[in-house]
Amino acid sequence: MALLTIKDLNRSFGGIQAVSDVSFKVKRGTIKALIGPNGAGKTTMFNLICGNLPPTSGRISFKDQAIETLTAHRIARLGLARTFQNIKLYPGLSSLENVMLGRHSRSHTGFIAAMLNLPRARREEDDIEEKSYALLKMLNIAELADKEAVSLAFGQQRAVEMARALAAEPELLLLDEPAAGLNIYETAELAELITQIREIGITILLVEHDMSLVMRISDEIVVLNFGRKIAEGVPGTIQNNQEVIRIYLGGDD
Amino acid sequence: MRHLKKYLPLAVMALMVTAVQLLTSYTGTAYYLTQLTITAYYGLLITGLCLLMGYAGQLSLGHTGFFAIGGYVSAALTTHDLTACRNDFFITLLNHAHLLISRHDIYGEPLITVKAWPACLAAIAAALLIAFIIGIPVLKLKGHYLAMATMGFGIIIFRIVMASTYFGEADGISDVPAFTLLPGLTVSGDFSYRTQNYYIAWGLILTGMFLLINLIDSRPGRALRAIHGSPEAAEAVGINTARYKLLTFVISAAFAAVAGVFLTHFNGGIGPSEASIMKSVRYVAIIAIGGMASLWGALSMGVILNFLSLRGVFGSYDDAVFGAILVLVMLFAPNGILRLPIWRKLNFRHRDG
Ligand SMILES: Nc1ncnc2c1ncn2[C@@H]1O[C@H](COP(=O)(O)OP(=O)(O)O)[C@@H](O)[C@H]1O
Ligand SMILES: [Mg+2]
Repeated sequence: MALLTIKDLNRSFGGIQAVSDVSFKVKRGTIKALIGPNGAGKTTMFNLICGNLPPTSGRISFKDQAIETLTAHRIARLGLARTFQNIKLYPGLSSLENVMLGRHSRSHTGFIAAMLNLPRARREEDDIEEKSYALLKMLNIAELADKEAVSLAFGQQRAVEMARALAAEPELLLLDEPAAGLNIYETAELAELITQIREIGITILLVEHDMSLVMRISDEIVVLNFGRKIAEGVPGTIQNNQEVIRIYLGGDD
Repeated sequence: MRHLKKYLPLAVMALMVTAVQLLTSYTGTAYYLTQLTITAYYGLLITGLCLLMGYAGQLSLGHTGFFAIGGYVSAALTTHDLTACRNDFFITLLNHAHLLISRHDIYGEPLITVKAWPACLAAIAAALLIAFIIGIPVLKLKGHYLAMATMGFGIIIFRIVMASTYFGEADGISDVPAFTLLPGLTVSGDFSYRTQNYYIAWGLILTGMFLLINLIDSRPGRALRAIHGSPEAAEAVGINTARYKLLTFVISAAFAAVAGVFLTHFNGGIGPSEASIMKSVRYVAIIAIGGMASLWGALSMGVILNFLSLRGVFGSYDDAVFGAILVLVMLFAPNGILRLPIWRKLNFRHRDG
């Protein structure tokens, strides 16, 4: 069964057709990669799925529910989390607080309970903090918990973003170029982490330029070029697809 | 324990408040208490606005409007004589609900008005309702558009109180009666109530700080700080940014309205200067110099500067001083003076709160 279904999706910016008639599905429990040259429309696809941008036309359904008209926060609450290509952490907040915000959709304390510091608010706060700290530990950045997140090194910021996304216990996780700016060791750790995440039952849609990473961990790949889907399949067939080699991999191989 | 650490500054503040009162009493300078009481009420408005501006990142140049709504509505309801229309259906209804009071004005004439408690609640409710109604469209705006729209709201309120005979036009409303909160606890500028009122005002601001300190370190508090830093990423974790901004706006309006109600009953009146746009500029300047996202910074700067202003230290340059503070802070200390490097050199440890 498909967790996410994209059907005939379009988005234009003025004259630019950033996403053009794209359709594909993401099966539950799989890792799907979305690849393509710069400007192919991958980030725009993510923004459309997450509700940060409304599509010009087309359908997006998540867990059999149409989401193309929902606002971003409602989609997030349905169980979809993301990381950003250009990292978006909250300035002025510690790494731990950034991760704690990831649990927003899984917690309930409102203004009144919070202002009065009611026992149930305190209990929930302790639970949020405990779970968030455990994620920082899992990502080996627990010692940075109290540091301001935006002051950290690039790789560490990526880790905080990942922890924030995982804190929501999402069903679908969208990762936009998670390996960008990482060295080979960090990239290897990332590959390990992504497979672990899949093993705990989280479905992943991944945008990534590091081809060896993509080929190694993905179950399926979709290739975009100038906003159009030009190929879709398992890594083996994509690697041998002539058009993909010409357009996208040509320079590398 | 982090909970205790969080409340320690409140305990220190309570001790300081008491110490100041005892000091003025021993040194025979109890007349300072009147200005310190007024200062506390402005402080209440300022801390509420600090939540909105410093933490949620939404600038408002219209908060004197909410202060004025609180003060004016409560003043009008407790002073306007309803004798002439006492047989009207609505007035009879209010009377049956024990919301009206007969008393005599200062010239001994009989007078029927709304009681202070219901008037106060109605005033706060009016401010909340108006904050809610204007907040929905206005908070869709960002940056200087938001600043201009809220300033427009402030100007409208100012023009309304200046133009309306119900609100006393340029004279404002005077002879506002004392407001008995509880038996033995009365908001009044009367000399014999001075010490009591000092403690009422500072008790109120301690309560306000308690609520705000709890809020900023909680789930909704983090959410609004996240909105300030990155609205898109805030939405991505499931925060309804429009709703959170609106609720914060309404909460800060409530702080302003409560301050307006109490100060009006304490002063025994309110005039249009309390609704002037210059006052809003003043509050913004104070929050900026306090470091924007710092409740304690805003409160301490608010207390110091308003107290000096009330003592007449700035003379007729009062408004100019606050304008100059705003400009200087923006140029030389955009993070507030408590975060200037000089403090670090002096090994002064500053914690946000
Ligand atoms: N907000 C926007 N406004 C205008 N054009 C945009 C916007 N976002 C993306 N684009 C354009 O859409 C195209 C696809 O961009 P993007 O989705 O970022 O590509 P990718 O992530 O695959 O590199 C590019 O031509 C880009 O300039
Ligand atoms: Mg991109």
